[in-house]
Amino acid sequence: MINLHWVYALGGAMWAAFAVLSLRDRTNRHRFGNALLWALVAISFWFGDMIGDLGNGVLVLAVALLAGAKLIGRSESVSTTIEERAELSGRYGSKLFLPALIIPATAFIGTLLFTYTPLNGSGLFDPKSVTLVLLGGGVLIALAVCYIWLKPPVLAPLQEGRHLMDAIGWAALLPQMLAALGAVFAAAGVGNIVGGLAGSIIPSGSVFFAVVLYALGMVVFTMIMGNAFAAFPVMAAAIGIPILIRGAGANPAVIGAVGMLAGFCGTLMTPMAANFNIVPAALLDLKDQYGVIKAQLATAVPLLIVNILILYFAGYVWVH
Amino acid sequence: MTYLPLLGIALVVLGFALRFNPLLVVVVSAIATGLLSGMDFVKVLSAVGKGFNDNRSITVVFIVLPVIGLLERYGLQQRARTLIESMRGATAGRLLVAYLAFRQVFAALGLTSVAGHAQTVRPLVAPMAEAAAVKEHGKLDEATSEKVKALSSATDNVGAFFGEDIFVAVGSVLLIQGSMAGFGIALTPIELSLWAIPTAIAAFLIHGARLLWLDRALRHSRESGSPAEQGIPGSRLRGNDEQ
Repeated sequence: MINLHWVYALGGAMWAAFAVLSLRDRTNRHRFGNALLWALVAISFWFGDMIGDLGNGVLVLAVALLAGAKLIGRSESVSTTIEERAELSGRYGSKLFLPALIIPATAFIGTLLFTYTPLNGSGLFDPKSVTLVLLGGGVLIALAVCYIWLKPPVLAPLQEGRHLMDAIGWAALLPQMLAALGAVFAAAGVGNIVGGLAGSIIPSGSVFFAVVLYALGMVVFTMIMGNAFAAFPVMAAAIGIPILIRGAGANPAVIGAVGMLAGFCGTLMTPMAANFNIVPAALLDLKDQYGVIKAQLATAVPLLIVNILILYFAGYVWVH
Repeated sequence: MTYLPLLGIALVVLGFALRFNPLLVVVVSAIATGLLSGMDFVKVLSAVGKGFNDNRSITVVFIVLPVIGLLERYGLQQRARTLIESMRGATAGRLLVAYLAFRQVFAALGLTSVAGHAQTVRPLVAPMAEAAAVKEHGKLDEATSEKVKALSSATDNVGAFFGEDIFVAVGSVLLIQGSMAGFGIALTPIELSLWAIPTAIAAFLIHGARLLWLDRALRHSRESGSPAEQGIPGSRLRGNDEQ
């Protein structure tokens, strides 16, 4: 059965290649730092399950020190120039979109086939990770098509990929690192402490005030953890269930669904949700690393107000 | 109960505010939080390592980069711009509204990962939005160009977040159901999905209105600003790699 570990092996191979190519790249002042960083990621993807929790912890520490000591830099592009790209894009035309669309199309059609046809029972893929497995498959198909059609230099995909990877740099690992922080927060009982605090400042009587505190609690805790999933069980246990559902008789489906969506408004406003807010700023070469968050504020705040109104009216007022 | 582990949160906020390297801030905060809650150093470091190793699926999506990079080498971004320039009536705002709708509908069908910042925004959506903005406004100054790119990423996030909860089998819906079940409250995923729809509509209206407002601002600044200069070809075809 093809599972996530096959995709990890593929990723490990990519990062190992990035490490070797970085080492040979004399245009990058920090080539040893980059080579070491991508080598550590390759080790994590290939051998993460063999080196034990403590081994992974040491690896994480090494990655953080490498980034903190500013030992990671950017390579100079060895690619085509802007003028050459304009000329090439004219030559190949809109067919250039096709390989780019192979990846999402593979994931889309593959997921449909695997979920709704007899393939479902075939055991070809691990059902828990179908999409990521198909993403890996899509990448390999797209690469094969590109090699046959465009006949690039053999190492071109890896060099171009490495150049993009260097542009993202350490930020590429921040989302995964934040997930590790979330695991430690959970083990240390941070959620229960925050929930207890939020529950203790609720005055009795005002359902509207309790709704506002529930929604704002979701937002603030989501902004701290970078993830509404960590906030929801805590806020539901502290306010949503005891005060709104049990105390005021609110509709549990509304309190659950819209409470989570209030948390998503917090995700739009925090650098802790790095894969949505910080990595894209690096991918698009924005000067301001908080540029994406700033562009989202004017959507997140009005939407939070709408969510509070839905919680109050659809969840409580219209139920009574 | 002790409040000491909350110092870990304070460390994160302080570290981000003082602009230390975020990776270092996060690891230091994780270790501090664990130590303050009474774990010993080896136990904390093991917990961090396990958390990191268990979440490799977050980082593995970067395997698309070689394909995207290779296609950019052959002019993918330039082609995306040319396509938009040849479309009459294509404006940055309308283009992003269309992408918002596409993203919400696909996410609602459970297809969140068919698009994303690396797969679609960098190679296609952002260059197309920029090219459309140049058509409306003339050559963009740096602040405007940054704003159009940032809004392209923002549109991807808004579309994905406020579409995915309409799909019944998504993780967050199952998490809500599970959390509620723990307190003896039985909910079906379909009830939760249906209650995600009003917010999804509100997200489309609010963010969509902002995107159309961007068109207005672009046209307005063209009329009132310096003589509208058409983007010179070199600047229109600027790749993202260029600093």
